[in-house]
Amino acid sequence: MKAPVNVEIALTHIFTRKKQMLIAALGVTIGIALYIFSNSLMKGFTKYSRNEMFKTMPHIKVFKEDEISKPLLASTNSQSLTVIRNPRMTTLSKSLVNPYALIKTIQQEKYVRNVTAQVNIDFFYSNGKTQLKGMGSGVNILEADAMFSIQSTLLAGSLQDLAHNQNAIVIGKGIAEKMNVGIDDNITVTSSRGVVKNMKIVGIFSTGNKSTDEQKAYLHTTAAQQLAKESANYATDIYVSVHNPDSSLVYAAKLQQIMPYKVEDWQTTNADILATDKIRMIMNNVVALAMMMVAAFGIYNILNMTISQKLNDIAILKAVGFSGKDIIKIFVTEALIMGVVGTLIGLGIGAILIEILSRVYIGKPIGYFPIYYNLNTFLVGGSFGLLVSLGAGYLPARKAASVDPVEIFRK
Amino acid sequence: MNNKKIILSTKNLTKYFHEPVKFKALDSVSFEVYAGEFLTLVGKSGSGKSTLLYCLSTMDTTYEGELFIDNQKVTNQKTDELAQLRGTSIGFVFQFHYLLPEFSCLKNVMIPALKLGKYSHEEIEAKAYQKLALLGLQDQALKPASKLSGGQQQRVSIARALINDPKIIMGDEPTGNLDSKNTEIVFNIFRELSQDLGQTIIAVTHDNDFAKASDRTIELADGQIISHRKVYE
Repeated sequence: MKAPVNVEIALTHIFTRKKQMLIAALGVTIGIALYIFSNSLMKGFTKYSRNEMFKTMPHIKVFKEDEISKPLLASTNSQSLTVIRNPRMTTLSKSLVNPYALIKTIQQEKYVRNVTAQVNIDFFYSNGKTQLKGMGSGVNILEADAMFSIQSTLLAGSLQDLAHNQNAIVIGKGIAEKMNVGIDDNITVTSSRGVVKNMKIVGIFSTGNKSTDEQKAYLHTTAAQQLAKESANYATDIYVSVHNPDSSLVYAAKLQQIMPYKVEDWQTTNADILATDKIRMIMNNVVALAMMMVAAFGIYNILNMTISQKLNDIAILKAVGFSGKDIIKIFVTEALIMGVVGTLIGLGIGAILIEILSRVYIGKPIGYFPIYYNLNTFLVGGSFGLLVSLGAGYLPARKAASVDPVEIFRK
Repeated sequence: MNNKKIILSTKNLTKYFHEPVKFKALDSVSFEVYAGEFLTLVGKSGSGKSTLLYCLSTMDTTYEGELFIDNQKVTNQKTDELAQLRGTSIGFVFQFHYLLPEFSCLKNVMIPALKLGKYSHEEIEAKAYQKLALLGLQDQALKPASKLSGGQQQRVSIARALINDPKIIMGDEPTGNLDSKNTEIVFNIFRELSQDLGQTIIAVTHDNDFAKASDRTIELADGQIISHRKVYE
């Protein structure tokens, strides 16, 4: 089966102008390669910072929202009075009622990966005269590790010791430095409820976030409950991790229907970070778009030039039976061939750039450069390249189709 | 020859040019062309003979009056239909050859047939060889069109005009760029086509000898037909 005559003519035009056409195609190549590269860079960076964020933040958090008293109690009948008072917080305890039953309920949801209860308390570390404000999380350390991979942030000690010892504590690196303590040293913790406990340091971690490292400590659940002067059925938060963090908003809404407490997803908590991500992505796409426009102009230019050199050919083709549509097909085919060649090379170069960069080691705590292949980026880049070349081809092709052969022949 | 079939006719064909000023280029031209006739159009520069030919060619559609080709009214047909009609029924030879320089002679001849798509690629190739042979060019078939001499190029363009076996072949000064030897060759080809194959030739020419040797000559002046000279009875 031979190629249709329109395609044959288009191919002949391309092959007789290989260099110029290749240069026009390379415009598309550069546009696509840069789009893929910068987009993957951006997505890799976002993924990295997400992972960093999820080291300390759950995908979904269940907690007791502070309640505000009503400022107005309207009278219900003629005998009662209307009461007006200043609104104030009426939350006496942050405690969740029967948290472990709630956890069981949450665990039954399909999209949930891990659930763990937390007993969060504020306290002071003291060592001799030095005092330091801190936050403690009373956790089942193995569950918490599954969610936040605490193990990977551990500089010294072991999490197992915390699981077995109710008087053990794992502290941030900043605290250890400021209090001048190390593994197996003791540290005194004084809670806001006035409970004082002497605890043994079994681990030191570093998340890379300075304020976390200078405040945070992990305790045994029981120890945290004692510091809060509460019973063994006490928890302040339930942390939920899900299989697909990007859909947390939807899952949180689902969970909210079966939970008596406030359910909040990380996307709502960090709306500002997401907005920054979005703006960065838009900026990136605008730059890529501008580059593609330049590439499109390259194709437009070469086709325009070809057409003005080929007015005679167009005229004779029209005389021997080619319709305007055929002429459009010929030149759009040329644009598409340039587009396909340029796009394919661009996709290849993009992939090579990602491959190279992903092997670059940039040191701790990041490790290898956070850049990954993303099918979506390649698909969008590819179809965008083709679409742009189609548009850049159609405009001059339409001009070619409107060539009046009589005008050419009568010259 | 009076019982011959009418292949092309015009009724009150009138055309204006609007640039630079409104100007009547054709004034109610009506005539008939018979199948197998070798017709020449003559006249001084500006008499309207080329304008008339391009109206007949269906490429110029901005005229008043009516044009019939093969008993079908062509006036007011859509441009795509006209392109189709040109492909099937009309072959063109111009003063300049208008061959596509990137293609071989053979391919140049084949292109109109490939577009028409009536025959397979192999059949078209065989036919193109046959047409080139008819014009004595079978040896040049695979050379690029740009490598041939002027006379040869013009003959290739005639082969291209013949590839779809059109009923009508139109020429705009087909010998205008040729020396006397090549002019004679082209004339003889036209003669053969009309006599032996029954194809109709309509050619605009400046060459009086060329016109005299044709079956009939229509002379135009100021957009009007001023004489029909018929050679045959």
